[in-house]
Amino acid sequence: MPQDPTERRVVVTGPPRRALRSSGYYRPRTEIDEQTTLGHTYVRSLMRIQLRTGLTVFAVLALLIGPLPLVFAAAPDARRLEWAVLGFGLYPPLVLLARWYVRRAERNERDFVRLVEDR
Amino acid sequence: MNSAYAVPAVALVVLATVLVGAFGLRISRTTSDFYVASRTVGPRLNAAAISGEYLSAASFLGIAGLVLVQGPDMLWYPVGYTAGYLLLLLFVAAPLRRSGAYTLPDFAEARLASQTVRRLAGAFVVGVGWLYLLPQLQGAGLTLTVLTGAPDWLGGVIVAVVVTVIVGAGGMRSITFVQAFQYWLKLTALLVPALFLIAAWQSDGAPSHAFDEPAAFREQRVVRVDDTLDLRLERPLTVTVDGTVDGRDLDGAETALSAGAHRIDGGTRLTFAGGAEVPAAGRGADDALSPSRAESREERPLYATYGLILATFFGTMGLPHVVVRFYTSPHGVAARRTTVVVLGLIGAFYLLPPVYGALGRLYAPELTLTGDADAAVLLLPGRMIGGTGGDLLGALVAGGAFAAFLSTASGLTMAVAGVLTQDVLPSRGVRHFRLGTVLAMAVPLGASLLVGGLPVADAVGLAFAVSASSFCPLLVLGIWWRRLTPPGAAAGMLVGGGAAFAAVAATMAGYPGTGPWHALLAWPALWSVPLGFLTMILVSLATPGRVPPGTAAVLARFHLPEELRTEVSA
Repeated sequence: MPQDPTERRVVVTGPPRRALRSSGYYRPRTEIDEQTTLGHTYVRSLMRIQLRTGLTVFAVLALLIGPLPLVFAAAPDARRLEWAVLGFGLYPPLVLLARWYVRRAERNERDFVRLVEDR
Repeated sequence: MNSAYAVPAVALVVLATVLVGAFGLRISRTTSDFYVASRTVGPRLNAAAISGEYLSAASFLGIAGLVLVQGPDMLWYPVGYTAGYLLLLLFVAAPLRRSGAYTLPDFAEARLASQTVRRLAGAFVVGVGWLYLLPQLQGAGLTLTVLTGAPDWLGGVIVAVVVTVIVGAGGMRSITFVQAFQYWLKLTALLVPALFLIAAWQSDGAPSHAFDEPAAFREQRVVRVDDTLDLRLERPLTVTVDGTVDGRDLDGAETALSAGAHRIDGGTRLTFAGGAEVPAAGRGADDALSPSRAESREERPLYATYGLILATFFGTMGLPHVVVRFYTSPHGVAARRTTVVVLGLIGAFYLLPPVYGALGRLYAPELTLTGDADAAVLLLPGRMIGGTGGDLLGALVAGGAFAAFLSTASGLTMAVAGVLTQDVLPSRGVRHFRLGTVLAMAVPLGASLLVGGLPVADAVGLAFAVSASSFCPLLVLGIWWRRLTPPGAAAGMLVGGGAAFAAVAATMAGYPGTGPWHALLAWPALWSVPLGFLTMILVSLATPGRVPPGTAAVLARFHLPEELRTEVSA
């Protein structure tokens, strides 16, 4: 075991990374920059996960909104409910869905950057 | 309405808009400043600007008027206007910013490397923009007429001149300040009077029959019918008539009207007893600011509600003045965060119009008959509070309404002028941008002066339907689908957008009249949006050889986070 952990960290992760970068070693990032098939696969994987996140939120939205006109048409006496839901009730879920999506999308991107940069 | 306070309020809003615009002018130097504020606008400022730009006359006055006349079903409009931003966030916001394009045609060209698609997208931007500008100018005219009795054209001319000067002089940077300022102005102008109105409603014993169907008069009320209208009665009604009904001259006689349609001539006075139901007015009511006149004609089928939901949800992302704002974010992550703030700001604003609509049903139900339903927001403070306080609050609302016309009109002018400068005029310099601005405003102003009383308000619904069926497929497929080809994109935009345009144009011309065909044509989004997507996909699949060679690199640029970029392309 090394006596001084901070000393050890500088030695292991500092200079070697720079050396790797300049010598054109295998790195996903280079693959993406040079548009190789492997690079496209990386981009595709990011697109797929981002699209899946978007479609998930869209599905929740569709399930939330889709049945409402039917409900209001089926219960014409529930006018007060319609006023409350359409006038106030739908806005908080919309903002919450948006916030959840942004957090997921940014995490997807961070994970991707980590995958590509820190091999 | 007392114009002693309203006119200074409107003048103040116009003056403040010019001043805030001039503040932006001092920092607007380069072409990049002009179009996209050099991409340095942070999420909060940009979100307030997007919201300020988006909340148009239809939102400020039209929704309350529609709710007053037709009840809570109309609240789908604000819900749809807001949810449209969620869809924009999910599928478009960050990649659109990362595409690095200035305008929608730029996006089409960057993605598909085709001048034809670029020109087609430009034509749609100009068309949708002009359609959307028309009701803003007419709304300004109507507001000024209601407030001061000024001639119809004056309000439109004022808005056109102010907007042309600001946009032409300062471009996007100054517009960003102006729009952000106007969001807060609009919110204040609706919120403060709403609080007073709610307090007045509370002290009135908080009557709640506004939520009942249909609206009813609370006390005896005399209604003067200005324009001849057709009245549809669900059940017999006894009313005191002073004027002409169904061709009979009646002088203050109490008359029993049977169920069915009755024609009331202009200038007739009707006296309704307290508790009487407010009858529904047919064709002839002037709802110039309502998002769609097609609404007011008959009972809405369920289909129409779904058509409205689809058009507003998918149409928002393609509106030219909305999309151009996303290019002003510094990067894709900021574009996403901006959208979330926009959702919050717009949602907060849309809590207010229903309040005015509900109170209007209680305190001013006769607006349904006199054809001034859009003026409900303007008239309620005077009606419920009265005195100097009511006049001052009314003046505040009037100022807010003018802010609504100014902000939406300047955003649209900006977008249309950008396209005109880049694709129509010979050179792209700042001088030509100014020429483009004048051109962008001159056409709708001329049209609004020419068509006068025509139901141009359908243009707003039309703009959403056309945008949902043309730009929405282009953006969504362009961003997420590798096999999109230029012929596919062009065909999809032409078939989807063209069909939506033709359908709503036919409705405006009054073609099918009634029945299921009427609903299909008045709310085309339900079939025209799938049609646009399907055409784009099928034609693209049929022309696999035309996939642009750089597609993979372009999509990588759309989706990769900025820190992975090697080269930054403008």
